[in-house]
Amino acid sequence: MDIYREIILDNYNHPHNFGRILKPTVSSGQNNPSCGDDISMDIIVKNNLITDIKFHGLGCAISIASASLLTENVLGKNIDQINMMNKDDILKLLGITLTPTRLKCALLPLEVLHKTISLIQ
Amino acid sequence: MINIKSDFPIFRGQKDLVYLDSTATTLKSQSVINAVSDYYSNYSANVFRGVYKISEKATEEYEKAREKVANFIGAKVEEIIFLRNTTEALNLIYYSWAQNYIKKGDVVLTSIMEHHSNFVPWQQLCKQKGAEFKIFDIDENGKLILHKSLLTNVKLLALTHVSNVLGTINPVKEIIKQVRLANPNCVVVVDGAQAVPHMKINVVDLDCDFYCFSGHKMLGPTGIGVLWGKKILLDGMTPFNYGGEMISRVTVEKTDFKQIPYKFEAGTPHIAGAIALGTAIDYLSKIGMDKVRKHEIEITDYALKELSKVDKLKIYGPTLAVERGGVIAFTIEGIHPHDIAQILDSENICIRSGNQCAMPLHQKLGIAASARASFYIYTTKNDIDKLVLGLKKVIWTFTEK
Repeated sequence: MDIYREIILDNYNHPHNFGRILKPTVSSGQNNPSCGDDISMDIIVKNNLITDIKFHGLGCAISIASASLLTENVLGKNIDQINMMNKDDILKLLGITLTPTRLKCALLPLEVLHKTISLIQ
Repeated sequence: MINIKSDFPIFRGQKDLVYLDSTATTLKSQSVINAVSDYYSNYSANVFRGVYKISEKATEEYEKAREKVANFIGAKVEEIIFLRNTTEALNLIYYSWAQNYIKKGDVVLTSIMEHHSNFVPWQQLCKQKGAEFKIFDIDENGKLILHKSLLTNVKLLALTHVSNVLGTINPVKEIIKQVRLANPNCVVVVDGAQAVPHMKINVVDLDCDFYCFSGHKMLGPTGIGVLWGKKILLDGMTPFNYGGEMISRVTVEKTDFKQIPYKFEAGTPHIAGAIALGTAIDYLSKIGMDKVRKHEIEITDYALKELSKVDKLKIYGPTLAVERGGVIAFTIEGIHPHDIAQILDSENICIRSGNQCAMPLHQKLGIAASARASFYIYTTKNDIDKLVLGLKKVIWTFTEK
C-alpha cells in the first residue's frame, strides 16, 4: 500500500496549481474512459517558457497528485524540455511503482500537458 | 447459508482471497475445471466432423450441454445458440434481425441502466435507420419509471433483466405484457447476463423473443455464451457468420444454410466451453436455483446493513435485498473508486471500480465512477465483514492526520 505515501495524499488533498487561468495562451483537457478521470490545463507561455500553469478536473489520488507534482515541476521550464518528458519522469516525481491500470492514471496529466503545448501556434 | 468455498480451487491457493467481483466474472468450481481438462485430455476432437469415436463423443457432449442449457431456462433445444458471450448474442440480434426489420420512424426502447452492450447497438441502429431511440428513466431508488407514453409504436424493446450496477431486478414479465398490449408485433430482447446465474429463469414464461447470457458469469469458462430466440424469428433471420458447419449445400452458384441452431454457429465452436458450461449448470442445479437466490438475498441484506454503517458511504439502487441481485455499487465522499479498490486490494479484497460499462447510468447518477462489490454462491458474511474492515482502512488512509 506504499503507493498511498504521504506525498501522494498531501498532493491529492491539497493540490498545487489547482484552478483556472483567466487568459491562458492555450488550454486543453482529456479524460480516461475506464475510470472517468478528467483533467484540463491552462498554460501561459512566454519566450518558449511556461510562466504559469493551472489544472482542474476530477480524478483519483494518483492522477491528481501526478498533476499537482507535474505542474509544479514544469513551471519555468521550456517547451522542448517538457516535450522530452516521459513515463519515467512521472514515476520519479511520484516516487512509486504502479500496475499498468494505475499507470494510466499517473500519466493522464502528462498526456494533457503534451496535448496542450502541441496546440501552441 | 451455503458455504462451498472448498469446491473452488482458487481458495486453496489463496486462503485469504475475498472475491467480490462476481458480476464481472465468477470463479470456477473444480468440476468445471475438470470438464475443460477432460475434453482436452481425453477427447479433444472436432464436433460434427469425424465418424471416429472421440469425435462422436465430443459431438454428443456438446449437444448434451445444449440440452442442459435449454432445460435450465425452459427453452427448446434447437433454439439455443452457442456464441462467445452476451455481447456477441446482442450483436447477432443487431446484425441479423434489427438491420433488416427496423425502419425509419420506428421506436426502439431501452433503459438508462443498460450495460453498454445492450445500449450502444440500439443507439447506433437508430442513428443509421432514422429510428427513434427512447429510454426508460429511473427513480431515486434505481427502479425503472414505466411511463406508458414511451410504449407507443415500439418495434423493439431491449431491456436488462438485472442491472449490473444498481442490482435492480426489473419486472420484465410485466413490462413485456404492457409493451405487447400496446404493440402486438414488438420484438423484445432481454439481457440476462446478471439474471440467469442468480435466479430461476423461464424464457417462455417471460414471453420475450430473445434472451442472452454469458457462461463465465455462472461458473462456466470465458468465451462461451448463449443466445436464445424464438424459432419463428431465428428461422427468418440471415446468418451472422458464414463458414463451415452452417451450410447444408454449397455449389458455385449458391449456398443453402442449415436449420437453427447450426445456421448461427459457423466454424469450430468453443467445444470445451460449452461442455463445461453444461457442468456449471449441473453444479448450480444440484444446489438449486432457489437456494442460490436465497443465499444471495441473505448476503446482500447483510452487506446493505453493514455498508450503510460506514461513514460517508452512499449506496445506489433499491433499498431492499429482495428487490436486487447480489451487487452493490457505492461511492465514498472525497475518495475516488479507483483508490478504494486499490487499497482494498492490499487487503486481498477484489472489487470493481470505474464506470462498470454503464456510462449513461453514471451520468444519470451524477458520478464519474463507482465502486462495486458483488456476490455469488461462495460469498460468506465473513467476506462482507472483511470488506467493511477494509473500507475503514480506506477512509483512515485518506483522513488527514
